[in-house]
Amino acid sequence: MWWTRLRALIVKELLAVLRDPKSRAILIGPPILQLLVFSYAATLEVRNVDVMILNRDSGHWGQELVERIEGSPTFRRIEMAANPEQVRAAIDAQEVIAAVEIGPDFSRGIEAGTPVDLQLILDGRRSNASQIVSGYLTQIAGTLAAETPAGKRGAARTVSTIPRNWFNPNLTYQWFMVPNLIASIALLIGLIVTALSIARERELGTFDQLMVSPLRVHEILIGKLLPPMMIGLFHITAYILAAIFIFDLPLRGSLVLLYGSAIFYLASVVGIGLFISALSMTQQQAILGAFLFMVPAMLLSGFATPIENMPEWLQPVTLVNPLRYFLIIVKGVFLKDISLAEVVNQTIPLCLIAIVTLSAAAWLFRRRLE
Amino acid sequence: MSASSDRIRRFAALVRKESYQAVRDPSTVLIAFVLPLILLFLFGYGVSLDTTRTRVGLVMEETTPLTQALAASFQASRYFSVTTSQDRRVFEEDLVNGRIRGILVIPANFTTDYAAGNRPRIQVIVDGSEPNTANFVQNYAQGTVANWERQRQALVSEGSNTISIEQRFWFNPELTSRYFLVPGSIAIVMTLVGTLLTSLVVAREWERGTMEAMMATPVTAIELLIGKIFPYFILSLVSMTLCVLLAVFLFGVPFRGSVLALYALSATFLVPALGQGLLISAATKNQFLASQLALISAFLPAFLLSGFLFEINSMPTVIQWITFIVPARYLIPSLQTVFLAGDIWPMFLHSMAVMLLIGTVFFLAAARSTRKRIG
Repeated sequence: MWWTRLRALIVKELLAVLRDPKSRAILIGPPILQLLVFSYAATLEVRNVDVMILNRDSGHWGQELVERIEGSPTFRRIEMAANPEQVRAAIDAQEVIAAVEIGPDFSRGIEAGTPVDLQLILDGRRSNASQIVSGYLTQIAGTLAAETPAGKRGAARTVSTIPRNWFNPNLTYQWFMVPNLIASIALLIGLIVTALSIARERELGTFDQLMVSPLRVHEILIGKLLPPMMIGLFHITAYILAAIFIFDLPLRGSLVLLYGSAIFYLASVVGIGLFISALSMTQQQAILGAFLFMVPAMLLSGFATPIENMPEWLQPVTLVNPLRYFLIIVKGVFLKDISLAEVVNQTIPLCLIAIVTLSAAAWLFRRRLE
Repeated sequence: MSASSDRIRRFAALVRKESYQAVRDPSTVLIAFVLPLILLFLFGYGVSLDTTRTRVGLVMEETTPLTQALAASFQASRYFSVTTSQDRRVFEEDLVNGRIRGILVIPANFTTDYAAGNRPRIQVIVDGSEPNTANFVQNYAQGTVANWERQRQALVSEGSNTISIEQRFWFNPELTSRYFLVPGSIAIVMTLVGTLLTSLVVAREWERGTMEAMMATPVTAIELLIGKIFPYFILSLVSMTLCVLLAVFLFGVPFRGSVLALYALSATFLVPALGQGLLISAATKNQFLASQLALISAFLPAFLLSGFLFEINSMPTVIQWITFIVPARYLIPSLQTVFLAGDIWPMFLHSMAVMLLIGTVFFLAAARSTRKRIG
């Protein structure tokens, strides 16, 4: 009996979202676009940048350095400057990200075996990229230094470091980005669909009708909970397929663990959505409320920057963020084959968040009724 | 006299009505003041691209004075927070679970190899699932080893020649990421107020039919649209001003340019931002759709396709083309320049011209679809 009622409500909810061709399109089109655009766009690698060289050295070694910089695949265009003013203008206008200044005594110093200086000028407005560029340039200069007469003498002693990148040997950026997108698209869709469902009914006045129907409060809540979860699972599935077949991500862990925790993740997301929904009187407030939660959730999840880099007083705030836990699970299952224990560790907080937000939403609805 | 003065009076009345309506709406306050504060706060404190001390495990497979000296230089590095062990297996699980970001291994035969001149090797194992952190750990580990060696060789004399590199980061010598994140986030705040809020508000009017009601008055479509967005134009500038004050006085971001340049750039940016908001609302006539479209076509691109966090040069060519029509792409470098470098007018004028062009296209499209709906 109650099951028939509940099923009718779920079907009605799904129809409310999927019936309108425009809102159907918005649930399907943009997520695909986002996956394709953002997984390729969001890279912290630095490539194709322009640099300027001011070579005031007339000897062999200065020329050699210029040629090596020109030969590096990282840089797109190498401009030669005639004077320091040109360097300043090019950096000011962001025509180049870095400039290398080779001093007049560069070759003479190297031939004589005395230490020489090389100046790098970098654009601090893009300090992240310019640090990476500085790394590349330093490496080029380092290789050159090892080939100078004095460098060759000391070379035998050099300690080398061998990099080993576990889980992602070539540090492919998409392997990092796509799992992040899987977790955040579910947050985006789940939150918006839920937050709107009750607010829309309230604006149209149909919520009161729902309240006087034979449905109990918890049934209404479940009826509002399941459809967005189904939509969220659909998106997660589509993204997982794309991750495997389009982006060639290795799937090292178990999908069962991923889906198992996804259910708790979606329940906590939808719980937050229902809570926002219960608080807002209009659709506009619901949309803004969802937004107000979503932006900090994205920024404080470990997606953009590792949580350990945040100030210590801010780190506890991330503990109530469901995205934080699910990100670890998605990345862990895809790349690291994390253990069941670790998945459970991350799922327990999700479970707690879901319980708290769902009970809070139920309480708010009951209070509204009285 | 009467026709044109009537027109002005009508327009003034319209602007007044719209302004009251905007200011009285609680969501206006939310988007124009609360959300900017939260965003600025998050970018000022939460999102930091600076690598603070990264937790790594150091495995010393042998303990000799030489390896201890090397270990000491890792421990002294301000980039690492080091835990030491004799066995790498101790750290493996920590690396899988993200409790540490790298394992540095000084191998068992390090001292003999070093003495024999056999190029001893230090393994740097990092967590590749975080490519950015992985890169930093690799680079800093390499740097620490190189430094250690240089100091050592200097002690042993011989004064071996290397090219020493002197780096100077202009405009931001300490490389504080907050200095470019906070100006960038101001552009995102203006996208929110300009595009998201505008599209929501106008879409609601379409939904409720009040837009059609206004159309029936003698006001022309263009006047109506301009009257509609005028309060949001002012509101965006007010919330931008609030952000700039916070950036300078709370976050200590230097402000080296002129106030004139700041307002000229911001006001120009609002042309495409508001135009896009109007276009979205006229095209969707529905708050849910408008909010989704504004999110996907304005907010996310301002974040991801503007050069704010990710380098445009490194993106695939097709995506680089898309970035050309993202207005924030032109505002963000200019704002960063106004704050950190000063007034560089050739760059500003170029950005402003492009933003105006994009804005004009949005406005024409919005006006066209508004008129069409009425006809």
